[in-house]
This record gives sequence, structure tokens and C-alpha cells, in this order.
Amino acid sequence: MTTVDHSPRPGAAPVGRMLLAQTAFETRMLLRNGEQLLLTVVIPTVLLVLFSAVDVVAVAGPGKRVDFLAPGLLALAVLSTAFTGQAIATGFERRYGVLKRLGASPLPRWALLTAKTGCVLVTEALQVALLSAIALALGWSPHGLDTPSGALAVLLLLVLGTAAFSGLGLLMAGTLKAEATLAAANLVFVLLLLGGGVVVPLAKFPGAVRPVLEALPISALSDGLRAVLQTGAGVPWGDLGVLAGWAVLGLAAAARFFRWE
Amino acid sequence: MDAHPAVEIAGLVKRYGAKAAVDGLDLRIERGTVTAVLGPNGAGKTTTIETCEGYRRPDAGTVRVLGLDPVRQAGELRPRIGVMLQSGGVYAGARAAEMLRHTAKLHAHPLEVDALVERLGLGSCGRTTYRRLSGGQQQRLALAMAVVGRPELVFLDEPTAGLDPQARHATWDLVRDLRRDGVTVVVTTHYMDEAEQLADAVAIVDHGRVIAQGSPEQLCRGGAESSLHFAGPAGLDLGALTKVLPDGAAAVELAPGSYRVDATPLDPQLVAAVTAWCAAAGVLPEKLTVQRRGLEDVFLELTGRELRS
Repeated sequence: MTTVDHSPRPGAAPVGRMLLAQTAFETRMLLRNGEQLLLTVVIPTVLLVLFSAVDVVAVAGPGKRVDFLAPGLLALAVLSTAFTGQAIATGFERRYGVLKRLGASPLPRWALLTAKTGCVLVTEALQVALLSAIALALGWSPHGLDTPSGALAVLLLLVLGTAAFSGLGLLMAGTLKAEATLAAANLVFVLLLLGGGVVVPLAKFPGAVRPVLEALPISALSDGLRAVLQTGAGVPWGDLGVLAGWAVLGLAAAARFFRWE
Repeated sequence: MDAHPAVEIAGLVKRYGAKAAVDGLDLRIERGTVTAVLGPNGAGKTTTIETCEGYRRPDAGTVRVLGLDPVRQAGELRPRIGVMLQSGGVYAGARAAEMLRHTAKLHAHPLEVDALVERLGLGSCGRTTYRRLSGGQQQRLALAMAVVGRPELVFLDEPTAGLDPQARHATWDLVRDLRRDGVTVVVTTHYMDEAEQLADAVAIVDHGRVIAQGSPEQLCRGGAESSLHFAGPAGLDLGALTKVLPDGAAAVELAPGSYRVDATPLDPQLVAAVTAWCAAAGVLPEKLTVQRRGLEDVFLELTGRELRS
């Protein structure tokens, strides 16, 4: 029989190594999960290809159909990973005692949350690369990326959108039961997909509800991305402001109400 | 190594709403020992352990683990302790070996994962995801995660609950290895044989307090060393039986038809006296045994026999 020497030699790994290990591990768990991949990869890809090729939704603005759709589906990619995917995964980690057990490990809580953010960013980078490649193949001609301010605005929109959706997703995961999070996060995903300017222009909605829809983080993100990438407009300060507001609200509420057990 | 005891708890109180789960508990655990915390369900074992692990903030009293405050000095304490929760703690989609390898990466000088996997008999399920492992395999993985970082002090919360005998023995062997190598182990259990097999020290907890503490031998020494047990018809006249026994001997009906006779010394004459009385009364004593007093007897005497909800 194997003997193992258990004589104590305690110590935390260097925090950089822990962060890297946790980020890699969380990303591996996410990419292995079939339901998560459906949400983050399959649905945005299918919608992009389908609606670019088939005239079932009325698009708006200049350019081809794909020029309207690509920015919306980039926004959906951020929603699917930072909000829906993260809320569901974290909700079940909380339910199965994973967060509790990690709380007794050398990994500090801030490092766990940083690793979760890292996992979201890695996944989003993969999504953006995949969706952009498909959109370009479909004839997408994005504007605004040739100027530093346009490229910076796109990056800032993606980062603030990620922060806003992460705060809301963690708030849900840290307060509701895992099953409730699963149901609610999927419902919110569908509602925001339909009512957040992702594939349906907000101009199609009645004037009475439009101000409410325009204040949603998904609308700000899809509208902001479209302003730069479809029309080549300058920095969309209004949309950035809406996203920043949601990010502060969501992250503050998550920090206040999140329960680890 | 510093001179602080592994665990030092004084006057710990922890309330959930109006109910005190822990109510003035004192406990000192020396380094290098295996200590069993025994108690009925709801006695406050898990709350006490989780306070030591830094999960709960005491409402009153002090808790020091390796000389540190588990809440305020958590960052310093956590790398030095190993924790096995009562259940869960593993990503549902993680494979057993992969989860252990990841846990090892959070520590500076972890054990060699492959050797630990083999030692705990997890080799055959290394590529199986957690949710598909059997209950025993899940428990052993959680145990492996508690020790892989080479901690000084390990907390195991009911590590063998629901395990088959082979898996229980594998767990016990690992605990003995830990003691051999100088690791302090605190284990909660409600299996008496587990405490008798493993523990250098036993603390019996009930209603949120430690009601008895000592080595298993010390705890079993109080009261009668041995007793005579037999089964027969319910409702025998024990007053009549006691009259034929030496002074100081006592007979009780533990449950209908189940009898215990305590006497010091418990000698062959006593057995003869009991069987002679049975013969005269026309009673056939079944399952007649002379037993050394065990931890279970001590435990039941101290905590009572009524079931806890």
C-alpha cells in the first residue's frame, strides 16, 4: 500500500498562482457545461446566422442586415456570460457548498471573485472572436474601430456591460435559491433578448414603454455598440452612463446582500 | 512550532434567533491529538466546528485556533487548517482527480496528488465527475481535499456518516496516518466505535455545552466497570432480584425485556446469583453477557435515551 507523508507543511500558494489556477479551473468548468455552451455560443450564433440570412425581423439603420445584428448579438454574448451563465453557475456553487468550502481554503474571497471575472472575460473574448468571425463572413463591415476613440468606446462598453451584468447576476445567485436563479436568469435572458434592442429595434415598441426599455443595461449596451459599429458615431456617453449606473447599483447590491451559504 | 494549543474555546455562545445552538461551551484541544466531538443531533457540534473554521462569528466567548482568531485572522489561519464539511464542497461537474489537483494548487507545498488518490482508493474514479461518484467516493474526495494542503490541523465533520465498513476503515486509517505524522485532528461523529477506535480525547457535547471530556478510558472508568445484560419477559420483579444480590448491586430494565445488572465487583458469584434467581422464577435468561462499560453507555447515561428531533 502507498504511504503518504502527511507531516505538516502548510502554506498558501502565491496569490498570482491561485488566481490563475482558479480562473483556469472555473473556465474549464464553464466550457464543459453543455447548457452553458448552448446559452453562450449556440444561441447567439444561431440568431446571428438566421436573422442575417432570413428576413424575419425588421432591422433599422444604415448598412446590411448583419450590420444591425452583429452589435446586438455581441451585447447578447455579454449578457449570456456575465449575467445568465454566471448567475446559474454561482447559484449552484453556493447550493452545493462550493463557495463555502473555498471560503476555508487559502484563496481569499476577493481572489475568488476576481477569478470569476477572469473566467467571464476569457469566455467573452472567445464569444466576440467567434461572433465577429461569423459576422465578417456574412459581410459585416464594422465602423468606428479605425479611430482610437471608437475602439476605446467599444472596449469600455463591453467592460461596463460586463460589470453591470456581473453585479446583477451575482446579486441573484447570492440571494435566491439555485433553482429560482436558474429559472429567473433564463427568463430574464429571453425577455432582454426580445425587449432590449438585441434583434428587435426599440423603435418598434410603443412610445409609452420605450423609455423604460431604453434604461435597461442590455439596451444601453446594444445601442452603444450599434452607435459606434453600425453608424460610426462618436463615443456614446449616454449609454456608457446608463451602464455605469447599473454597474454601481448591481455590484453594490451584490456586495451588500450576497450570502455565501 | 508555537506553543498555542490547537483549539482553545472559552464560554462560546452562538444563537440562531432565540435558540442558542452553542451555550457557554469550553474546550481545549492539544496539538498532535485526535479528538472526537460526540453528541446527539442538534447538540451544537457542527456550529462549534464551523466557528473554529471561521464561518460563524461568536455571539459571546472566545475562540482561538492555533492561537489565532478564526474570523479576524482568517487569512493567516486558513492555509494552516484542512476542512471537510458535512457534505458538498465540490463543483458538480468536476472530475475527482481534477478537483483534488486544483485544491492542491491553492497550497504552497501540497501532497503528491496521485499518491493520495491511490491511498484513498479513488484511482478508479479519477475521471468520474463528482455528481456521478458514490456517496462513499464523494466523502473520500472531500477528505482528500482536507489533507492535500499538508495542514497542521484538520477538522472533519462526520467524515464517515453513511459509509460502508470498508470506506469507514479507509477513513480511519488515514486519520491514524495523520496522527502518526503529527497532524492534529478534530472529528465530529455520533458513532461511538469511531471515537473509541480513533480518539485520544473525547468531548461529549449536549445542549451546546461540553458535558464530559477525557480519554475514552477515563470516561469509561466512572461508574461500574462492567455490567451483566440479559433478555427475558418484560416486567420482571427487579426488587425481588436485587434482594438476592450483594449490597450495592442494582438491576434496571433498560427497555421492556432488556435488563442490566451493575455490581462491583462483577464476579462469577454474581452471575450465579442472577441465573439462580431466574431459575427459581422460571425465567430463561437469553443473550446473557458480561460487558465492559463502553463509551456508548457513558454517552447514553449523560445524554439520556429519549430520541431527539
